[in-house]
Formats: sequence, structure tokens, C-alpha cells
Amino acid sequence: MLSAILLQAATAGMGIAKLGATVGAGLAAIGAGIGIGLIGKGAVEGISRQPSAAGDIRTSMLIMGALVEGVALFAIVVCFLGLFQ
Amino acid sequence: MKRKKKMSRIKNNSLLWFTFLLLAWICFPASAAAESKPGEVDVQDIVFSHIKDAYTWHITEWNGKEISIPLPILLKSEERGWDLFLSSHLHHGNVHHNYYIAEEGDHAGKVVEKNSKGEEVKPLDLSLTKNVCGLLLSCGILLFIVLRTARWYKKHPNEAPGGFTGLMEMAVMFIHEGVVKEGIGKEYKPFSSYLLTVFFFILINNLIGIIPVFPGGANITGNITITAVLAACTFLAVNLFATKAYWKEIFWPNAPIFLKLPLPIMPFVEFFGVFTKPFALMIRLFANIMAGHTIILALTCLIFITASMGTAINGTMTVVSVLFTVFMNCLELLVACLQAYIFTLLSANYIGLAKVRE
Repeated sequence: MLSAILLQAATAGMGIAKLGATVGAGLAAIGAGIGIGLIGKGAVEGISRQPSAAGDIRTSMLIMGALVEGVALFAIVVCFLGLFQ
Repeated sequence: MKRKKKMSRIKNNSLLWFTFLLLAWICFPASAAAESKPGEVDVQDIVFSHIKDAYTWHITEWNGKEISIPLPILLKSEERGWDLFLSSHLHHGNVHHNYYIAEEGDHAGKVVEKNSKGEEVKPLDLSLTKNVCGLLLSCGILLFIVLRTARWYKKHPNEAPGGFTGLMEMAVMFIHEGVVKEGIGKEYKPFSSYLLTVFFFILINNLIGIIPVFPGGANITGNITITAVLAACTFLAVNLFATKAYWKEIFWPNAPIFLKLPLPIMPFVEFFGVFTKPFALMIRLFANIMAGHTIILALTCLIFITASMGTAINGTMTVVSVLFTVFMNCLELLVACLQAYIFTLLSANYIGLAKVRE
């Protein structure tokens, strides 16, 4: 089934590079979503266990979120390169 | 008692009006869109022309006429020496002093010349492009803010600041106490000026990039060359002042012997890590800011794509697009501050890690 999709895309003149880039961008969004969701889950559980530590936990959550998003953006940069080359 | 009530009512109203006007600004960047074919909006062209560097500062289009500021181009050709002229001479493919902007090829979009052998070659280009002007502007703002704040402290010793100086003190102390001292430890003094400069530089450039109208809107930190220079500065700050123990841990790490001889696997990985950490800093800042700008531009273009599909769809998409754009702008504000903080935090941590004591 996958080869049928690829064949259709190639004959439609879309180019395998664009198809790969757009699929990659979607996968990167899934990765970022799962990663940041897990961070949020841990942070909310931590705050619910100890509400007095909410400030520290919130700061750590924001920092980890930025780091995980950085990794997803590596993939986005590669997709951009594939889309316009 | 009555007067006090009246004053508070007026204040609340003006706050509402102010917020409304702030949100109404979102509709204005839409006027900068240009159409490639009649009836078709070239989203890619619009998005990239706002993100890339340019030789003119395009402000808007009014009644079909383009309003833009031509910036000076300064070139040094190998054969003919220096040349300085306004970029308005090179509009629409004109050739000026044998220079023209290449349409395609390796140097597409840049000023090239045909040398005596007939080849298209790129001269040394030191022009004041849009990004350079944006950098000069943001550096001017940064110097103004920081030097004014420093002068206040000199003039008022032993006094607690209020107003803008108080805000700057909050921000500086937050970074100095929470990031620099925590990350580096005892030897923080030589690095605190570099880290504070990096934080405010990235913050002001990010904030200027979000402003859509003229002095703002230059995509500075979303340009990989600028983030590369910032990452290179951190690379130098980490490695030039590292202790001997740091280099020993890289080339002969505390790992089982089979990872070091006969094939130096761990030393190779550790040495590679010296370069990947600043590389990650560069990509993180660049991709975050560029992606944010791209999303906002694409959402604004949504209005123009649906313009030809009838008023009902266009009206709905306008409302949806404006709401999304307001949300994305708020997110971009958070990302601007957060990315500046993350860059500074990670730089401080890398510098602290490099000061290993045996």
C-alpha cells in the first residue's frame, strides 16, 4: 500500500523529496507532542504531590520543554531543507 | 469620593481601548502581501521574503506601489575595487556599474558581477542589508537601555530603584543570581558580562522580530548565521577557559579501558560532544524563532488565500486567522523570552562544566 502511495505521488509530479519532507514534519510534531506531554504529566503529578514546590517544578518544566522542543526542531530544519532544495 | 470613582471608570475604559487597538494591529501586516499570478497568492514567496535577508527594507504596498527603503550596497570587486551605491539602482534586474542581482544559480538573490573572463562571480559583499540595519537598531536599543540603567546607579548610590530601572534590576538579578552564579559557581565574574549581554541581545532581537511594522520585523535571530556567531562565542567561552582536567576528561575519560584502546571510541565521542553542544544551541534558537515567524506569516496569508473563495469563507477564515495569529503571537512572546533564557542557562552550565577541578 505504501508503494502504491509513493507511485501515485511520483507520477503526480509532486516529487519524493516534498512528500518525505511533509511526512517528516508531521512525525516531528508527533514526537514533540509526546515528549512535551510526558513532561507536562510529570510536572502536574509533582505539583499535585507537593503544591509548595510548584514554582521550582514549573521552572524545570519550562526548561525541559524548551530542550525537547529543540530536538523536534532539528527535524523541522531538516524537513525545510528537503522541501526547498 | 465621586471624583475618585469617575477617574477609575475612565482608566478602565482606556485600558479596554488600548487592548483593542493592540489586537487591531494584527490586521495591518496583511497589507504587505503581493500576488504572483492574478487570483493566486504565492504563500512561499511571501513567507520567504519576510524571513530572508534583503537589500531593501520592504515596508508595505500602497495602491499598487511598493513602499520600501533602499539600503546601501558596499562591494569590493577583485578587479575594480570598492563601490558604494543605493540598492534602488539594482531594482527589477537593472545593471549598475556592471553589478546585478543574480536570478538563479549558486548566488541567486545576491549581487554578482561578470568578471573579465565572463564568469558570474560574487564580489566581497559588505552591504547594509535588512538584517544588518536591524542589528544596528537592536544594538542601539540595547546600549541605550543598559547604559542608562548603569548611569542611574552611579548617580544614585545607596538608593533602591523604581520604574524601568527597577525592572532592569529585576531582570539582571534574575539572570545573574539564578543563571550565572548557579551555572558557573565560584569563578563566575569573568563570564557574567558575556552571559548577561547574550541574554539581553537575544531577548531584544526576538522581541523586535515579533513587531510587524517598520523598525521591527527584521528576522534577526531567525537567521542561522547570527545564531551561529552566538554559538561560536559560547564555544570560545567554554573551551578557551577550560581547565586541564576538562581536556583530560575528553581525551582520556574515566571509562573502562576497552572503550579507549585499541580503538578510541569514548575520546572520539567526547570530542564530538564538544562541537555538538554549541551546534544544538545554534539550531534550537534559529529553528524556534524561524518556525514562529513562518507560522504567523502563513496564518496571515490564509486570509488572502481564501479571498477568492467568496465572502462567507473569507469572513470566517479572517476571524479564525486573526484569533490564531493572536494566540501565536502570545506564544511567540513566551518563546522569545524562554529561548533567550535557555541559551543563557545552557551557556552558563557548559562554562561551569568546563571548569572541572580534580
